[in-house]
Amino acid sequence: MAQPMAQTVFAPWDDPDETPLIRFENVTKRFGDFTAIDDLSLDIYAREFFALLGPSGCGKTTMMRMLAGFETPTSGTIRLAGQDIAPVPPNKRAVNMMFQSYALFPHLSVWDNIAFGLRREGMDKDALNDRVEEMLRLTRLGKFAKRKPHQISGGQRQRVALARSLAKAPKLLLLDEPLGALDAKLREDTQFELMDIQEKTGTTFVIVTHDQEEAMTVASRVAVMDEGRLVQVATPDRIYETPETVYVADFIGDVNIIEGTAAPDGDQTHVIWAEGHDPIIGSTDRAFERGQQVFYAIRPEKVAISANRPEDAVNAVKGKILDIAYLGNLSTYHVELPTGHIIKAQTANTRRIARRAYTWEDEVWLSWTGTAGILLES
Amino acid sequence: MRRFSWFNATSLTLGFAFLYLPMILLIVYSFNASKLVTVWAGFSTQWYGELFRDEAFLDAAWVTLQVAVISSTIATVLGTMAAIVLVRSGRFVGRTLFSGMIYAPLVMPEVITGLSLLLLFIGIGLDRGVLTIVLAHTTFSMCYVSVVVSSRLVSFDQSLEEAALDLGCSPFDAFRLVTLPIIAPAVISGWLLAFTLSLDDLVIASFTAGPSATTLPIKIFSSVRLGVSPEINALSTIMIGIVAVGVITASLISKRASLRQQQDEQAAARATG
Repeated sequence: MAQPMAQTVFAPWDDPDETPLIRFENVTKRFGDFTAIDDLSLDIYAREFFALLGPSGCGKTTMMRMLAGFETPTSGTIRLAGQDIAPVPPNKRAVNMMFQSYALFPHLSVWDNIAFGLRREGMDKDALNDRVEEMLRLTRLGKFAKRKPHQISGGQRQRVALARSLAKAPKLLLLDEPLGALDAKLREDTQFELMDIQEKTGTTFVIVTHDQEEAMTVASRVAVMDEGRLVQVATPDRIYETPETVYVADFIGDVNIIEGTAAPDGDQTHVIWAEGHDPIIGSTDRAFERGQQVFYAIRPEKVAISANRPEDAVNAVKGKILDIAYLGNLSTYHVELPTGHIIKAQTANTRRIARRAYTWEDEVWLSWTGTAGILLES
Repeated sequence: MRRFSWFNATSLTLGFAFLYLPMILLIVYSFNASKLVTVWAGFSTQWYGELFRDEAFLDAAWVTLQVAVISSTIATVLGTMAAIVLVRSGRFVGRTLFSGMIYAPLVMPEVITGLSLLLLFIGIGLDRGVLTIVLAHTTFSMCYVSVVVSSRLVSFDQSLEEAALDLGCSPFDAFRLVTLPIIAPAVISGWLLAFTLSLDDLVIASFTAGPSATTLPIKIFSSVRLGVSPEINALSTIMIGIVAVGVITASLISKRASLRQQQDEQAAARATG
């Protein structure tokens, strides 16, 4: 295997020479007294699969509707390929959208739904036929071309909506909670299908979702939003492993948060979190002052559980098992410390029907390494 | 199965008799050979023949049809436009006033509507005739259309229109190609409603009709005052027939459409599991 790895990592956001496809510059959007988007700046690059993630009401849908042209910013500019798009009406934008409700035209067949946008362009008949057939192949809808939207299932409707919005080969495709109406199994399959189609067509996708797992699965980068602001924009693994705030740590995945005060000690920082207990030892790039409030965040799967205190453990606490959640592949133990803190620890069930080593009310030790957790300011 | 009960049978009979006996009587007597309405003198269709030879009745029927078609068409266009403004525009200054003013004619006594229109036509010096009846009927029937259409528009998924814009339609094309075909059933039933309202309106028509143009209801009403003739019975029977055929056809069509939709949806559900 002497061949060198020629593949380069797709990361245009790290390349200072790359120009973004979409650029939000200090965009603010108000509806009356309500500020939906608050002085937001963001770059999205061509061929990205970008996810806007946040709870409902965080402004993610407003961002998308501004890109589609259904809302205009109150102040600031949005540039698409360098051009300010505020004065461009939705029907003149090289942007297409897949609606949450799919918004398929009920009076038109699947074929005509997909052809709708191409007909508006005045595409000639042969080219139009070819394009629609290509879309039907891409979304595996050939059998259903003549059916009306109410004659097909939810998953098929979702694919029609995708085919229709891709037919015009937009520079940018917006997906508004595209998988919200599908059940869990179909959703997972469709996520991979979406990624596949995105790769094949090379279109830039911006997806809006409140489902963190979905965002993590499909996206090249995730923007976590809260109350009209971006809290953190990063790749899924960075969002998960190095959240910048307690909000992000808490929103993405499961996490234990322990509040305490900082006590720097060389290249390590101690977190004093409870009287009479050893401080938690963590490492961080950030500089904390002595006595500063700090939040120690650690993911349950990074906490080990054992009957005795591991000899070499950097951090170890003793507690009592309060609850066990069996998830099949994993088990999550809720362990109550004498201080009242409840720490979640997760173990993989690698052996089949193994007798559980610990049960309710058992005294156990929780331990983790010095780099397992992360220190956050707020 | 529910048991047969004398009480149910009696109340059903009485109820239907109350509703339909007068009409059955009218239909039966339209085939009466005698000129006297109350005396049965054998079966005959002569009054139907006479009806079609009566110029005055035919003229009135022609005017009525013209008025109904033109006024209901104008009312449908205006009423649909008003409904769109009401449902879509969200909040604007005077919205409540505007919607109130659209619905007010629904509860306004017809006599007042008729009288005020008459005053207006005299005031601007418009000769009473087909035109004035058309205008009058348009005025009062457009609010019915707007009620019917706006109730459909409320449940119309606005993202359909946004999707059309997104796919390159101008706002007018989006309405023409997406919204209108979808709300078409409501628009058509609004048109039918306006049409029937215009057909059987007596009060407003009698205020706004002139000597040059008389509608069928006015004609019937004025000739009945001179005594009920078998000719009128024949005319009424024809009208009942037309209405009955129309109603039955419409309900059959809509029933079949909804049945097909249901079957399609079941088939789609089965196909995917």
